[in-house]
Amino acid sequence: MTSTREISAIKSDHDLPEESFKELEKYIDSIKTTKGALIEILHKAQEIFGYLPRDVQLFVARKLGIPGAEVFGVVSFYSYFTMKPMGKHTISVCMGTACFVRGSDRIIKKMKDTLGIESNEITEDGLFSLKDVRCVGACGLAPVILVDDKVYGRVKEEDIEEIINNYREK
Amino acid sequence: MRIDSLEKLERIKETHKVEDFNDPTVKKILVCGGTGCLANDSEKLIEFLNHVIKARKCSEKVKVVKTGCFGFCEQGPIVKIEPDHVFYVKVVPKDARTIIDEHILQGNIVQRLLYKEPINNRKIEKQEDMPFYKKQMRLALRNCGLINPEEIYEYIKNDGYSALGKVITQMSQDTIIDIITKSGLRGRGGGGFPTGRKWEITKKQPGKTKFIICNADEGDPGAFMDRSILEGDPHSVIEAMAIGGYTIGANKGIVYIRAEYPMAISRLNTALFQARELGLLGQNILGTTFNFDIELKLGAGAFVCGEETALINSCEGKRGEPNYKPPYPAEEGYWAYPTCVNNVETLANIPLIILKGSSWFSSIGTEKSKGTKVFALAGKINNVGLVEVPMGTTLREIICDIGGGIQDGHLFKAVQTGGPSGGVITEKDLDTPIDYDNLLGVGSMMGSGGMIVLDDRDNMVNVAKFYLEFTMDESCGRCTPCRIGTKRMYELLVKITKRKASMADMDALKQLAYMVKNSSLCGLGQTAPNPVLSTMKYFWNEYMELIKDVDHPQGEGKYKAKNRERIEV
Ligand SMILES: Cc1cc2nc3c(=O)[nH]c(=O)nc-3n(C[C@H](O)[C@H](O)[C@H](O)COP(=O)(O)O)c2cc1C
Ligand code: SF4
Ligand code: FES
Ligand code: FES
Repeated sequence: MTSTREISAIKSDHDLPEESFKELEKYIDSIKTTKGALIEILHKAQEIFGYLPRDVQLFVARKLGIPGAEVFGVVSFYSYFTMKPMGKHTISVCMGTACFVRGSDRIIKKMKDTLGIESNEITEDGLFSLKDVRCVGACGLAPVILVDDKVYGRVKEEDIEEIINNYREK
Repeated sequence: MRIDSLEKLERIKETHKVEDFNDPTVKKILVCGGTGCLANDSEKLIEFLNHVIKARKCSEKVKVVKTGCFGFCEQGPIVKIEPDHVFYVKVVPKDARTIIDEHILQGNIVQRLLYKEPINNRKIEKQEDMPFYKKQMRLALRNCGLINPEEIYEYIKNDGYSALGKVITQMSQDTIIDIITKSGLRGRGGGGFPTGRKWEITKKQPGKTKFIICNADEGDPGAFMDRSILEGDPHSVIEAMAIGGYTIGANKGIVYIRAEYPMAISRLNTALFQARELGLLGQNILGTTFNFDIELKLGAGAFVCGEETALINSCEGKRGEPNYKPPYPAEEGYWAYPTCVNNVETLANIPLIILKGSSWFSSIGTEKSKGTKVFALAGKINNVGLVEVPMGTTLREIICDIGGGIQDGHLFKAVQTGGPSGGVITEKDLDTPIDYDNLLGVGSMMGSGGMIVLDDRDNMVNVAKFYLEFTMDESCGRCTPCRIGTKRMYELLVKITKRKASMADMDALKQLAYMVKNSSLCGLGQTAPNPVLSTMKYFWNEYMELIKDVDHPQGEGKYKAKNRERIEV
């Protein structure tokens, strides 16, 4: 088990909250066997921290007694895991086939122009990050975008400004 | 409470009152709680309905039930009133008052909310009279849009868990295998392998520890049938896994599901909890010696994890890279134990086959493909949604009759089936009766059931490029032909669409396509070139129009395909 001192040593170098490491540690200790549970643990870690920076990966590796490279290998393999912090709101543009044939490439371009960022980037004010995702399963409403968990269907280029403004701090 | 015998299950089915499920004097307002309709405010509609019911003090007479997807997502939010069978479309929250005041209290059907047939403007009251549903046969989707997926008793009332009860109290493992084999059920995850055979092989393996895994990864970008089943009828999959577990000798099941499907995950969790509470999962199920439980494992966004060996690696917490086969998972799978991997839709058929018998099932469909198939119909078509049809239905029936033809009066050009592994089918093959072999015969495949309709506005080279970009991104990188080959193919397609390519590039593209197809390790690489080869075969002239030495002045995207094909709708 990692001692509290070790946790604070990690923390002192970086800006990650000690509380979060404790929460993650508690979660890992609570599961019956860690054999085969790496992905579950990483899901939890990403839920807690919002992303999976190097220190979190190392923390997990140490806790499970496996090489850091193994953890990195898994994190980098799956697109759901991100090593960069996300914005306060995540805008996901569906790039599945149904949305593609109904013009999602224009939607994402307009989104990039409006936000001034590329996919997997975060706006300067930290408010938005942009992702392209594959089929969210609402193909009937194509093209579809999600802001956090809210689905917007039949999106047109001219709607985008308004959707984004809904989430800007007033 | 535990249901600890088959008799008790039967008794509950007869006597339990759930939301007055079978009481004809109580009206039920079924509101679609699928992702599409939820995005269109169906949650708020439910809230408003309940609000009005309270204000009118009529809660004795009417109940609001949130169901799974009705399939007709294009017309959502969908509301159905039972037992009147009246089907309302595009219902918004402020319609709540009209529905209660007019329909429920006065008995008048609200005309303006009825579905209007686009061609003759005829209004249709009942679901079974709508062209969208008429040619459908809903087996795997039998409970979607009918029962509340978060209420196990509604499932039980609808024959739920009776098949499990029947097999574990009355049938030997071999009898079940015999029934499933004779039914002719083939895997709906893409490969079409006979399910009975797979169960038999897994059962035959030596050793006591075995696993059954439900593949709910659904990575095909444009398919959402598995998700709808899990969201609309999670218990049918749980029941089927228990039946499968009993048959092959497994005490443990795993559902491997995409993390991108939060609602399906939550409904599955609710269903698992309820099944355990009633003792339909766990130790000594229905008072027998059979023990079985199910665990969820979340994927993390990798298409290749749908491939069964990659899926097993991912279940073990590793990178989701495919392995060489053999050994097949049935021989050596999860932690090297014999493991049966089945698709969601495959499983959803199992309880029905047990209850209705193998000859009933095998009487549906074509000679070599039995039963029905669910398709996710999308693209430039009027009625986007989920449709389930008997095998042998023609593509034309699906596109013109069920799908209602092409949007905005445009012309049909092609239909893409089988997702990134499949190909395009043109007008000349539209009368092909759909089954595994026929679709292969016309150069495409069944795949998981994504069906994307393309019209004269679509450029086929762009479509091929879209799929190649997908497979390139999703290649796990393990074998060079797939990792590098798809990238080079993609680059060539970009070059073509930018009008910078020559005939030599076309040759290179074709050669690469065969090389990737023939030398890749897993299904992803082996099928990745299909969209390119198939569009080349049927739309060669569209490629040619983009080749540098063909004189054509417009840029990418602007040009219109010449070979329009008209289909009458
Ligand atoms: C690249 C690739 C992706 C796949 N994705 C899925 C999937 O998302 N869902 C699925 O059920 N099967 C998928 N399969 C097929 C599975 O490997 C396997 O054949 C299937 O789950 C077996 O179940 P069935 O016999 O019930 O169809 C995929 C195969 C390949 C090669
Ligand atoms: S064919 Fe592609 S996806 Fe499959 S194992 Fe090889 S590199 Fe990975
Ligand atoms: S393709 Fe975008 S929701 Fe399905
Ligand atoms: S989501 Fe409501 S009908 Fe499909």
